[in-house]
Amino acid sequence: MPIEIAPDEPPPPQPTPLAALHARLGARSGPFAGWILPIQYPAGILAEHRHTRTAASLFDVSHMGQLSLAGADAAAALQALVVGDMVGLRPGRQRYTLFTNEAGGILDDLMVARLGERLHLVVNAGRTAHDVTHLQTHLPAGVTLTHHADRALLALQGPRAAEVLARLAPPAAQLRFMDAAELPIAGVPALLTRSGYTGEDGYEISLPADAAERVATLLLDQPEVAPAGLGARDSLRLEAGLPLYGHDIDELTTPVEAGLTWTIGKRRRMDWDFPGAEPIRDQLDHGAPRHRVGLVVQGRSPARAGANLVAADGTAAGSVTSGTFSPSREACIALAYVRRDLAADGTELFALLRGVQVPAQVVPLPFVPHRYPR
Amino acid sequence: MSETRFTTDHEWVRLDAGVATVGITAHAQGQLGDIVFVELPAPGREVAAGEACAVVESVKAASDVFAPLAGRITEVNPALGEDPALVNRAAEGEGWFFRLVPADPAAFAALLDAAGYAKLTEAA
Repeated sequence: MPIEIAPDEPPPPQPTPLAALHARLGARSGPFAGWILPIQYPAGILAEHRHTRTAASLFDVSHMGQLSLAGADAAAALQALVVGDMVGLRPGRQRYTLFTNEAGGILDDLMVARLGERLHLVVNAGRTAHDVTHLQTHLPAGVTLTHHADRALLALQGPRAAEVLARLAPPAAQLRFMDAAELPIAGVPALLTRSGYTGEDGYEISLPADAAERVATLLLDQPEVAPAGLGARDSLRLEAGLPLYGHDIDELTTPVEAGLTWTIGKRRRMDWDFPGAEPIRDQLDHGAPRHRVGLVVQGRSPARAGANLVAADGTAAGSVTSGTFSPSREACIALAYVRRDLAADGTELFALLRGVQVPAQVVPLPFVPHRYPR
Repeated sequence: MSETRFTTDHEWVRLDAGVATVGITAHAQGQLGDIVFVELPAPGREVAAGEACAVVESVKAASDVFAPLAGRITEVNPALGEDPALVNRAAEGEGWFFRLVPADPAAFAALLDAAGYAKLTEAA
C-alpha cells in the first residue's frame, strides 16, 4: 500500500517558526500549501479532535498569510475588492469576507480585523502570493500594504480556551466573539481575535515569530491545553461546516453556490458595487445551478473529495469536495456541490465509492452545532 | 514453524502450514494514523500478486492494500468490522486482514525478510 506523501511543488516547503517545538512534541509533519506543518502529534487525530471539543487545543497556523492595510482610505480600498461591509467594520471588530472576481467566483476567503485605522487580514497560505498581487494592483495611493511574514499565528480552540487565556492575558476573557484586540501575553505584544476554524470558542493569536515558541510553550504548559495538528483542524472545520479554500470554494464557485451569501453586507446589496455583483445578483434572483450542502454518507468508508454523486433516478447529482469520518457524529460526513433541485435537507443521494453506490443524505450544516460565545 | 515476510508496499505475510496470513505493518499503521474502516475481500476470491484487494481508511486518507502473493482468499478478520482501530493497536498480530492459500508457495521466499523491510523503512 503506497503511503508516500506526494512531493510538493518547488520551491521546497518552508518550516514555521515553531518547527523545533513540533519536533520536540513528536509531530508527524508534511507539506501543505508551501509549508511544512504538523499533521498530527503522538496522541493522533481522533484524540486531538476530541480534546478540542472538550478542553482546548493549540494549533500552529503560521502558514496563514498575515497582511495589513494602513491609510485613511484602507477600509474603502479593501471594500472595493470584497463582498463584505469593510467601511462599517468598527475598531476592535473582526469580519469574515471574500475576495471575488468579475464572474462572481471566490478568489479567497479571509478574516479582517480593524484596529484603529489599520486593517489586519488573515488569508489562506496557498493564496497569499495571489492576494498580495491582487491588493497591490488595486490599492490606491495612500493605502499601504504590508505582508507580515515575520509573524506567527497560533490558534487556541476549545470550550476551555477562554479560561486559559483569562489566566495568561486577563483582558482576553472580556473579548466577545469576533472581537479583536492588541494585548500582551507573557510580555509579548500580541494581536488576539476571538474566532477560529473549529466551530468552538477560541482565539487566534498573532505574534512576532521570534516570540512564538515562548508563548506556545506557555500555552501548552496549561493543564487544559494539548497540541493539535492539521488533521484534526480539517475534521473539526468539516464538522463545523466551514469551507476550505481550494476544496470547497474556489474561483469557479460563487458565494451563492457556496452558501456564503450571508457574507454580502446589507449596504453592499443596495449598492451592488463589489466585483461580480451582477452575476451574483442574478443568482440570488433566479437561483444558482448548484449548492454546497452537507452529506451524511452511510457506512464507515468516507466519501472524499472528487467522489461523484448520483440522484435516486440515476442522473448525475454533483460531487464531494471534502469528506471525512466525523469523530463527534461517529459517521462519515462530506461537503458537496449538488444540483439545486437536490439540495433540500433530507434528499437521498448515492455516493460512488470505488464503484459501489453508497446511500448519502443531504443534512443541515453545520454537522456539529457551533459553540461560539454569545 | 512460521516465518514473516514483507512487501515494499508495507504488507506483512506469515506462512503457516500452507496458509498465508496478511496484514499491514506496524510502520504502515503508524504512517496512516487512526484507522476508521477496513474493507476486506470476499472469501473465495482469486487474487493476483500485487492486486488491490482491501482498502484501509484512516482519518487522513484511503489506501489500497495489495495481495502480496497470488492465491485464493479463504478468510477475513471478522474483528475489524467492529473495531478497525485494532489495526492501530496490533497491526502485526490480531489486526490481520485476510488469509489466502498461495498459488505458488515458493513466491513467499522472494518477499523481503525482516532485515530487508527494516532497511526499507529506515531509508524512508
